[in-house]
Amino acid sequence: MTARVGVVTFPGSLDDRDTARAVRLAGSEPVALWHGDPDLHGVDAVVLPGGFSYGDYLRGGAIARFAPIMDELVPAARAGLPVLGICNGFQVLCESHLLPGALTRNAGLHFVCRPQTLRVESEDTYWTGDYAAGQEIVLPIKHGEGRYVADPVTVAGLEADGRVVLRYVGNPNGSAGDIAAVANEAGNVVGLMPHPEHATDPITGPSTDGLPFFTSILSRLVAA
Amino acid sequence: MQHLDTVAHAAESPDRPQPYAELGMAVDEYARVREILGRRPTSAELAIYSVMWSEHCSYKSSKVHLRRFGEQAPPNDALLVGMGENAGVVDVGSGYAVTFKIESHNHPSYVEPHQGAATGVGGIVRDILSMGARPVAVMDALRFGPADAPDTRRVLPGVVSGISFYGNCLGLPNIGGEVSFDACYLDNPLVNALCVGVMRHGDIKLAQAPGPGNKVVLFGASTGPDGIGGASVLASATFDEESHAKRPSVQVGDPFMEKVLIECCLELFAADLVVGIQDLGAAGVSCATTELAAAGTGGMSVRLDSVPLRDPSLAPEEILMSESQERMMAVVSPARLSEFLAVCAKWDVPATVIGEVTDTGRLVMTWHGETIVDLPPGTAADEGPVYERPYARPAAQDALNADSPARLPRPADGVGLRDTLLRVLGSPEVASKDWVTSQYDRYVLGNTVLATPDDAGMVRIDASTGLGVALATDGNGRYARLDPYAGAQLALAEAYRNVAASGARPLAVTNCLNFGSPEDPGVMWQFAEAVRGLADGCQELGTPVTGGNVSFYNQTGDAAIHPTPVIGVLGTIPDVARRVRTGFTADGASLVLLGSTREEFGGSVWAHVVHGHLGGRPPAVDLAAERALAGFLADATDAGLLDAAHDLSDGGLGVALAESCLAGARGARVDLPDDPFTLLFSESAARAVVAVRPGAEQAITDLAARHDVPARPIGLTGGPSLEVTGHFSVALADLREAYHTPLPTLFD
Repeated sequence: MTARVGVVTFPGSLDDRDTARAVRLAGSEPVALWHGDPDLHGVDAVVLPGGFSYGDYLRGGAIARFAPIMDELVPAARAGLPVLGICNGFQVLCESHLLPGALTRNAGLHFVCRPQTLRVESEDTYWTGDYAAGQEIVLPIKHGEGRYVADPVTVAGLEADGRVVLRYVGNPNGSAGDIAAVANEAGNVVGLMPHPEHATDPITGPSTDGLPFFTSILSRLVAA
Repeated sequence: MQHLDTVAHAAESPDRPQPYAELGMAVDEYARVREILGRRPTSAELAIYSVMWSEHCSYKSSKVHLRRFGEQAPPNDALLVGMGENAGVVDVGSGYAVTFKIESHNHPSYVEPHQGAATGVGGIVRDILSMGARPVAVMDALRFGPADAPDTRRVLPGVVSGISFYGNCLGLPNIGGEVSFDACYLDNPLVNALCVGVMRHGDIKLAQAPGPGNKVVLFGASTGPDGIGGASVLASATFDEESHAKRPSVQVGDPFMEKVLIECCLELFAADLVVGIQDLGAAGVSCATTELAAAGTGGMSVRLDSVPLRDPSLAPEEILMSESQERMMAVVSPARLSEFLAVCAKWDVPATVIGEVTDTGRLVMTWHGETIVDLPPGTAADEGPVYERPYARPAAQDALNADSPARLPRPADGVGLRDTLLRVLGSPEVASKDWVTSQYDRYVLGNTVLATPDDAGMVRIDASTGLGVALATDGNGRYARLDPYAGAQLALAEAYRNVAASGARPLAVTNCLNFGSPEDPGVMWQFAEAVRGLADGCQELGTPVTGGNVSFYNQTGDAAIHPTPVIGVLGTIPDVARRVRTGFTADGASLVLLGSTREEFGGSVWAHVVHGHLGGRPPAVDLAAERALAGFLADATDAGLLDAAHDLSDGGLGVALAESCLAGARGARVDLPDDPFTLLFSESAARAVVAVRPGAEQAITDLAARHDVPARPIGLTGGPSLEVTGHFSVALADLREAYHTPLPTLFD
């Protein structure tokens, strides 16, 4: 059994091919989806990859949310389609209101690229079932606008509902509550700033700790 | 608006005064244009000749020297495309070819550091793209004034943010380079950007426009008044001076457009929709049209008024000279034009047919139906003036070489050695460049195997076999100031050694030659010597120069920068899983010092940092020893004998040991019985330190003997500190503090 996982390419997407490679490494079949084509081609799950969609000229993800494919993706995600947003993809999910909060300029104002230690806070999402809560992992971060912000009520709600998925160990960007990843209520939509697709091969990444994001969704879909 | 200066008008008004001097043309150059055309040039033609015959585009002062690279090129089957194209191309095996080049963007980066550096990245990436390759990585060799100088705090963060902004958004991993400081670069920072691209052999594209009837398509960004320096002189004759008086002379970059342009071009190449292609860099449309036409059938007709404009008030001369970024020019057969335009439309890249290839031997341009340019394109592109500038060894050179560092006081005891090590390690020149490189994306594309602070950057180009390439850039202005011939060879040797230390075999060379004014005979002597040194060095190492760039006029008033040849070396590694890192990753590995250490402190970091001294002779060059060392390292890598390897250069063995300890988060204990100071701080070339995989000690000894490389066991890895037995010990925490604190303290 395998699953068909769509990877959306917006103009300015950068990690789309690496995401497709990670999907393949985990045993699923990557399906290239195009921003201008409002058709999900029957995929079982979707990843919005990192990059600078449309140059991020207004705000990260602010223009991508209006792409034709998002007209299909947003209702499908609300209806339960598993969606993972990585970095710029996380920004798109927040701009689309599939996830709460927003990602603003890093506290230090610089782009930050480095291996980052994180703690898995929730294994109860479609994308993190193959991790153990409390587990520490190392994934690359690389972003200039990764500071997660939301009003205190929203943050408290995320914490109370167990929707904080990953937390930074050593906050690199000033994110509220050290939050690196959050999920929607149903756990099918997850957004994260770190790059699991760049931690799947020990030759090119700081670890292989990112692979479970891609095996988790396969396990979940195959079990369903 | 004044009357349009048409060809007919030019023929009728031979005596009209023209601002050739303001455009930087010499009186005899202007006379030669008149002779070529048999009349005075139109203002549009004058625009073309002035930019194409500029130092930057024509290499008129350097050409006679650069010929050496071709004449002395070592026989090398790997060279698929040599100098003269946008970038050289080398065969790296398995049907893959790699193209790479380094280019300067020094002056714009001083005027406006962020955009100057950003567009430097953009320009070199388009050079690589126009060869038909997918760009896969970038590097930057940066040189600034003293780290604590106020202006360096303006220039350095701006340059880094520009590279970060542009390169990250473009999606190219930044895998290395250099950051260095010296007072001579205070008003002349050096920003040299390198890009490497990969293609299949059959996919090489050339900048040429063959086939009469083929369409000339301009695609990418629209044309605005960017980077028009001298054109304002021409424009002022046409427009009122007020409106165009204060135009920026630095171009503004749009990395998103460049990213889309890359994907669009690669799709065009894959579908075989282009006959020839050229990027628009310096001299913009002037350069692209003259070079494409000259290298093709020889003629081209262009409707200049069909160039899409961002500013509709631009005059034809300004369009010709604009350096607006993110533009390409392609030659497309009429039968494939609709497919070509469809790919551009898919990527939302504007594309416009602006002319056709002809067989007339003339480049003819019209402006709303009137002919404003009619010239033989080769005369602008290839037959520019060539100067044999006078050169002479400066009188002060002897005194400089006589001022030996032997007189400088040296540390007397273990405490002194320890303090000296921490001082050298904590100098901005040597200290960690994390503050810079953590602002660059190194992971994107998923093929980065090594990046700063490893000795070389390395990317995988074939995931199925593990085939990869390694790249290093090096330059040392202090060495070259003491001896430009040796300095160029030392830069070459260091880059070559860095590539070898990563486990790759060096294959080919690119260079960026940064110098002062060629009109100064002393500078011209430095240039001639450096080129001679590099050509001789490449010949001896068997690594041909595939291309490069010359940047003159890096000087303020009479004070030129140190002559600074920056050399990039490319190597190949059959399987990147075998790469060797600099960090000590295991305890108890024996450390072996390879090569011979002599008392060599001229131009050293120690003399510079501790004594502010520059004089004497740079380290001796021994290219046979470099070759032997590289051969040893490659064989040791193939046999899997190494746990770590680090080349010895700036700061010598002491710095290398400290860096390897910090990278691997473990200490080392070494015995340096005879003259620990020289062993720790000398910068003798052709040396490396390796950590041997346990059990491979004898194999390393045998292999070193076979390659005739002196090998001296000096100690073992492990422990919480770096200890020189009997002299001193430094805790890793103290090394880390010294190494990692300086740049954040200066620039945060």
